Amino acid sequence: MKEIRILSATGMLGSGFREATLKHAMTLKPDFIGADSGSTDPGPYYLGSSDSNFSDSANKRDLRLMLLAGRAAKIPVIVGTACTAGNDDQLARLVGIVRDIAREEKLSFKLAAIHSEQDKGYLKKKLRDGKITPLSNAPEISEAVIDRSAHIVGMCGIEPYIEALENGAEVVIAGRSSDTSIYSAMPVMKGFNPATVWHAAKILECGAACVVQRKYPDCLMVTLTNDHFIVEPPNPEYRCDPVSVASHNLYENSTPYELVEPSGVLNTVAARYEALSDRAVKVSGSTFKPSARYTIKLEGAELAGYQSIIIGSVRDPIILRQLDSWLAGMTQAIKDRLIAVFGSDIETKYEFQIRVFGKDATMGRLESETKLGHEVGLLFQTTAQTQELATAIMKSVGHMAVHYPVPEWTGLITSIAFPYSPAEITRGASYRFNLNHVVEPASPLEMFKIDYEKV
Amino acid sequence: MPKLWQVTKLIRSKNAGPFELTFDVIFKDHATYEKVRDAKSINAAWFAKTYRLPPEVVVIINYDAASAIKITIPRPTISGDINDTDVYGGQQYGPLVELDVP
Repeated sequence: MKEIRILSATGMLGSGFREATLKHAMTLKPDFIGADSGSTDPGPYYLGSSDSNFSDSANKRDLRLMLLAGRAAKIPVIVGTACTAGNDDQLARLVGIVRDIAREEKLSFKLAAIHSEQDKGYLKKKLRDGKITPLSNAPEISEAVIDRSAHIVGMCGIEPYIEALENGAEVVIAGRSSDTSIYSAMPVMKGFNPATVWHAAKILECGAACVVQRKYPDCLMVTLTNDHFIVEPPNPEYRCDPVSVASHNLYENSTPYELVEPSGVLNTVAARYEALSDRAVKVSGSTFKPSARYTIKLEGAELAGYQSIIIGSVRDPIILRQLDSWLAGMTQAIKDRLIAVFGSDIETKYEFQIRVFGKDATMGRLESETKLGHEVGLLFQTTAQTQELATAIMKSVGHMAVHYPVPEWTGLITSIAFPYSPAEITRGASYRFNLNHVVEPASPLEMFKIDYEKV
Repeated sequence: MPKLWQVTKLIRSKNAGPFELTFDVIFKDHATYEKVRDAKSINAAWFAKTYRLPPEVVVIINYDAASAIKITIPRPTISGDINDTDVYGGQQYGPLVELDVP
């Protein structure tokens, strides 16, 4: 095999692509179709709760077109990080959608499902054996952290995908996976130079994100040989240039020069980006250094508590000119009132915060701007161990806050505008990412069980 | 003196995973990029002061291939934690926009 053509259907399953683009891309005879279905971007809620960032309908729309195209051309369809975080519940959910589509469209194929959810006993043993190490800025790890996690996933590399493809899988749905492994597995399996492959995979994993002006999500296609790859968007409205392709290495990556994978590190320092036309770019020159130690990145989420919030705003210039001291006084009064209502042991059972929009609600402690506008938005937030308690606390907070005085006005004031009745809004469970660590498995497949079925 | 937004085609911030925050400043042309890069207008001391951080946590990377400067810092809170203000990290670049550059 001298060259391989790789089609990325979209940067994020469920975000969409043009049906016409996929049709056109299929005439270019890709060797497989990939899509990433997950990300940590939307936060810890998805890993913690097993919910999906996109609806089943949105995932099904994209997956149906991919499966129809893949089966018609007899090429594999590979999807990684099922339903946002790729835990076992989310894997089962996406596999369920695949089965529904197969039944509705009368498709038949061998399906592989790669499990990325990790057994807590296995991880605790690895921790005791000193086989779990922190990455930069990692929170503390202990057996207690592992125990209280709602879900822990390992980010798989290319090896489980290769195992599944070698066993004849025609559709592969994976739990948590590195985005690039979705696109690297098959080319590496076929013997292509890993340096060229991993760099191409980094460009492919966000779909059409590397075009000059991305107006909507769409497909991307790469033709790869041993020493270079060519990026050319299948959508005629899109074009790539050397800067747009090079720029993509910056995206959500702490450095544009390195990409760390379980099996090694891609280095793009020596990469060359050449325009082949006004819309195609040739990339070559990256290097790949295999790691001495094979590691799998862990992601975990634990319950932080249940939340209730109140949204309000303040327009009175008298209040605004003393906003900080007014809010500090209000916070103390709320604290005292909650002790009176719930008893003194309430202090350890909730966390209370006020966010001030118009001051530092966006940047928090990174904010250095001190000017206020003519009004501010307020977001009161309580986090407690039960939803009932969070909501009960907020009923008292709302009343304390809305009438909290300033010295300049005499008589009862109503100092906050609430847009809603009731003022308090139930937000439900809130989760926290609690791991930023890597583990050393005995083998690349040890942590990733693969189920096969004839659909 | 132009402002940074006048000589760039994109200034953005984004999570680099839930534990790091990264800023990309992509210039309109390579010559201006080189001028700003060599003048060190975006340096760790300025960035740390503007974002109220210790300078040693600020990493600045020049990326010639895309005429871009990247800044990476630890996230002040883990993405989505109860104190977090910006889950995607997408609105942290404001103070860069009005920076004076040569």
